[in-house]
Amino acid sequence: MTKFAFEADNVVKHFGDVKALDGVTLRAEPGKIFGLLGPNGAGKTTLVRMLSTLLTPDAGTAQVLGVDVVRNPDKVRRMIGLAGQFAAVDEYLTGYENIYMVGRLYHLSAQEAKKRAKTLLEQLNLADAATRTVRTYSGGMRRRLDLGASLVGHPEILFLDEPTTGLDPRTRLDLWGIIRELIAGGTTILLTTQYLEEADELADKIAVIDRGKVIAEGTSNQLKAKLGGDVVEFELHKLSDSPKALKAMSALAKKQPTTDESGLTITVPVSNGSKGLLAVVRELDKAGIEPSALSLHRPSLDDVFLSLTGEKASTVASQPVAAKKGRRS
Amino acid sequence: MNIASSLYYQFSDTWAITKRNLYRYLRLPRLIFFSSVQPIMFLVLFNFVFGGAIGSGTKIPGGKYINYLLPGILTQMIMFGGMQTGIGLARDMSAGIIDRFRSLPMSRGAVLAGRTLADSVRNVFVAVIMLSVGSLLGFRFHAGILRGIAMVLVILLFGFAFSWVAAFLGMFSGDEETAQLASFVLIFPLVFASAAFVPIQTMPHWLQKFAANQPVTFVTNAARSLALGTPDGGAIWKFLVWVAGILVVFIPLSIYAYRKHS
Repeated sequence: MTKFAFEADNVVKHFGDVKALDGVTLRAEPGKIFGLLGPNGAGKTTLVRMLSTLLTPDAGTAQVLGVDVVRNPDKVRRMIGLAGQFAAVDEYLTGYENIYMVGRLYHLSAQEAKKRAKTLLEQLNLADAATRTVRTYSGGMRRRLDLGASLVGHPEILFLDEPTTGLDPRTRLDLWGIIRELIAGGTTILLTTQYLEEADELADKIAVIDRGKVIAEGTSNQLKAKLGGDVVEFELHKLSDSPKALKAMSALAKKQPTTDESGLTITVPVSNGSKGLLAVVRELDKAGIEPSALSLHRPSLDDVFLSLTGEKASTVASQPVAAKKGRRS
Repeated sequence: MNIASSLYYQFSDTWAITKRNLYRYLRLPRLIFFSSVQPIMFLVLFNFVFGGAIGSGTKIPGGKYINYLLPGILTQMIMFGGMQTGIGLARDMSAGIIDRFRSLPMSRGAVLAGRTLADSVRNVFVAVIMLSVGSLLGFRFHAGILRGIAMVLVILLFGFAFSWVAAFLGMFSGDEETAQLASFVLIFPLVFASAAFVPIQTMPHWLQKFAANQPVTFVTNAARSLALGTPDGGAIWKFLVWVAGILVVFIPLSIYAYRKHS
């Protein structure tokens, strides 16, 4: 039997009368990034907390590298690293002191902990800020430090719970770069995210979770195929251009292009977003049509939920309080 | 892992957390400032507000209320300090730091022990300040310096035990405000319905029954007898039994709450 990096088997967790996890079964291969995608309150954090021994399941079993999280939590803790949604670093310690302390708590010797802290701060571009208290750090720096703390023990499995939520796009890209480097070292990563783009960019395999249930699982391409993929949309100046435009498009689209009620807006499904966009532009140019508007749409988390559940993700998040009472992400 | 190395890690984990909490104090100079001002304020206010009324009616060595008051007010201040243990833990919990610690392969009791020990170190600082100001107001060790030191140790030991009660309240209540409120509700009756500020003989009978048998009375009476060289009336061993009892009950209870926290 192959050993999975982590494995959840029909896991159930209630908080009061709310089912945070409603029979989740997941298996991840070692050395890959596993993306867990879902809106707020879907159960992502609950699952991460369970796999990292912070919560025990009400039913079902969870294992990390074949070790049961309930029966042998200490062994699990030695193999994992956890970076949470809220950067769990001490405000009043310096960056160095934070990492050093965690190193000592992983039972590294004082010498090793010192060395490890220096190396990690270097790798995370925090060497210059190492002697400053974390209070003075920006949000992105805190996340990096938190990530650093989770890496101190050379974890075989790293749990990253929404590591980029609330960060600006540039900082997010920085963090993605660091995460990619990690995987090169052979670490398995469980990444939870609300952003399809992020899962798409980083994860080898994605599970979509909603209301405590896995509603789809597969590679990014498999999920996109399910969703219909990217579309290019453009608008015409005059209706008389429509037949010509449709004819030009039918040559390159994998599915039939469609028009809206006005007949002015044409939607072209394409297999590869940016290449598809270029192709559409080229064809339009060849046909001598100048669109009044042109845009590329990639399937968003909304689209995922729309197609998988028939319900918009955003409406899940903004449901009346009564309906989502006590739901945890 | 053998017992020796497991024991070693218990200590090294606890030390790492203690250090972390002490660093926090050092980085918060304003906290240190008000931590020093508050005990002085209580000492001065109680001494001059109650001193005149109470001092004349009680037989106190040196004839000064400050000699009666200081052990009591030091106990109160150290219980206030213990309250910070619960509040600090509740804050760490809501900040997610406790989650990080719980995900580490470290000793389960270290986070709590490190906090209670750091708070005990701060209590030493509070005791030094209060004794200095107290001596300006006329407080003296009447039974020699060794017993004087024993007096301080008695109060510090009680403070350490009370920190574990507060630690449990902090873990149990889960947020800072509840932890603070819960500790207040516990501290006030214990401190005021005790021999901390006044002899209990003037209290109504039912209250005397409570006051005569609760730990703060034993602590202050034990401390007072050591400071003033008066008979302790069995307060010292009763105090020791209470401290042992509190530790035996609340250390496992708070560690349980820490482990089960979700």
